[in-house]
Amino acid sequence: MPDIAGTKSNSQSIKIRTGLVTAVMVILSIIALLPIYVLIVNATRNHVDITSNGVSFIPNLHLFENIKTLNQWTEEGKVAYDAWTGYANSAIIAFSTTILTVVFSGMTAYGVVVYDFKFKNAAYTFILAVMMIPVQVTSVGFYQFMSKLGLTDNYLPLILPAIAAPSVVFFMRQYMKSSFPLEIVEAARIDGCGEYRTFFTIGIPMMKPAFAVQAIFAFVANWNNFYMPSMILISRKQNQLTLPMMVNTILSNDKLADYGAQYAAIMLSIIPVVVVYFIFSRSIVEGVALGGVKE
Amino acid sequence: MATGSGVKHRSISYAKYGYLFILPFFLVYIFFQIYPLFNTFYLSTQSNGSVTTESVGLNNFKWLLASGQSRPYAAVHDNFVRVMGNTLILWFGNFIPQIILSLLLAAWFTDAYLKIKGKGFYKIVMYMPNIITAASVAALFVMLFSENQFGAVNKMLANMGLIDAPVRFVTDQTNSRIMIMFIQTWMWFGNTTIMLMSGIMGINPSLFEAANIDGASPGQQFFLITIPLLRPIMLYTMITSMIGGLQMFDMPYLYNVGTSQNKYTETIAVFIYNHFHNAISPNYGYSAAASVILFVITAVLGSIAFAFNKDDDGRGTKAKKSALKTKLGGA
Repeated sequence: MPDIAGTKSNSQSIKIRTGLVTAVMVILSIIALLPIYVLIVNATRNHVDITSNGVSFIPNLHLFENIKTLNQWTEEGKVAYDAWTGYANSAIIAFSTTILTVVFSGMTAYGVVVYDFKFKNAAYTFILAVMMIPVQVTSVGFYQFMSKLGLTDNYLPLILPAIAAPSVVFFMRQYMKSSFPLEIVEAARIDGCGEYRTFFTIGIPMMKPAFAVQAIFAFVANWNNFYMPSMILISRKQNQLTLPMMVNTILSNDKLADYGAQYAAIMLSIIPVVVVYFIFSRSIVEGVALGGVKE
Repeated sequence: MATGSGVKHRSISYAKYGYLFILPFFLVYIFFQIYPLFNTFYLSTQSNGSVTTESVGLNNFKWLLASGQSRPYAAVHDNFVRVMGNTLILWFGNFIPQIILSLLLAAWFTDAYLKIKGKGFYKIVMYMPNIITAASVAALFVMLFSENQFGAVNKMLANMGLIDAPVRFVTDQTNSRIMIMFIQTWMWFGNTTIMLMSGIMGINPSLFEAANIDGASPGQQFFLITIPLLRPIMLYTMITSMIGGLQMFDMPYLYNVGTSQNKYTETIAVFIYNHFHNAISPNYGYSAAASVILFVITAVLGSIAFAFNKDDDGRGTKAKKSALKTKLGGA
């Protein structure tokens, strides 16, 4: 940026402001990180240490001991928390919903961008209009319908609805409008390529950036989802529980008397999303800036 | 329209593929969303306390909205009014600090005259709370602010000699509300900052340059250029946040001692959930009627947001579109 005014007092005041703003940003960053840091520290401390000293910022050496206690609780049936089962269950739901969401949203967006048909505008307006309907509004009817069909305690009602994700369709359509050359579809047709093959072999690879951003968001959102699984998995069978549901059971149990192990349980539950975040943080932040997430 | 130009040159019509491509979306959406929505409307006219229901007409709405004479219905009405009040209080208490903080941060992040190092790092760190599992965040805060004398924060305060008895951070009316407002703000300020930033970046930079030449102070630029030009996206953010606020569920439901719901932080979404989520005696009627009321409120707010999110006007979308072009298109 050219320094337009360029006078000495101006550049000095910029320096002072830069310093102040940097200080505020450092403080806010510390606030953002602190609870997570304290969680990690507490997961490495033992019960006696936590209950006698309160908050501490210095890690200790009891992490594996705490995880062992946790495993023991699981074996004895004291808690419905079992990190490995939780990881597996959450992963099954998160991976399948992510794939369904991006592929079918990409397909729907491709359909309204590439083809001309009578109800094209009506269909897209409908998708925009339903984007804002909150899940809570339909959940009574959804739950009652699913229990009538005998689909509670089943993963299908958690996975299949991912095929229809209006906000993802919106994002993909915006992306295609701005950077998908329709001539390429025409060229593929001349070469005798079928419509579905064109979508899968040309369309999807060309929409890769949009797919990647939406896949990351869909994965994190589904991994973190507490509302839907806790609604559908009403019998709370331990081998079906997702990780967020398991974390909840760690609290509502007064037979447990080991804070260290309880903190370790919470820490284990956030490791996957934290890892995903640190790998993809740049695309996530860019994705948010592009309106990649709904709320 | 250049779309599907093949139709012009050839006799083959590709229209049917358009329908085939959007068909799965619509089938699934109708089955899992539209039918349940109508089912909710239907259930709002049904009775409570059993899986098998019978019609009660519009009585559920009457019982929720108007205070009844007989005791059980009066209690339902009082609860409904209480949870609506809680929802409003919690939303205001997290939206106001969030928008002020995010506006300031967004203005600073986009200010070309400030030489802040590591902007990308701060953005990544401030956004992080948003991706952490809400259930785990709730569990963490319940543990840290546990109300017995051994809770981490209570123990620390006691060791410092600041308190004599443990503070009730989880069950007290004011404390529990402040805690939830804080956690919500903590989780969402990074997200709102980034959204507002993309709005500010949509403002023509020459406006800031001109103001700078004319000697406008940073404060004047913020209040006279940034804020007025950001109004559409701020309104859009506010309305989407309001719709989000009406749905606030995870934190109010999970930030509790054990399984007992704190009545000072019970929101409308928790009220709906607790009424229908019962395998033996669900109160579908109350739950569905409350959902319909929520639907009407959301529809009104949503159509306002929709007006600001149209393709052809509304700065928010324009800014997003141009950002989409430059960032993703180049990749």
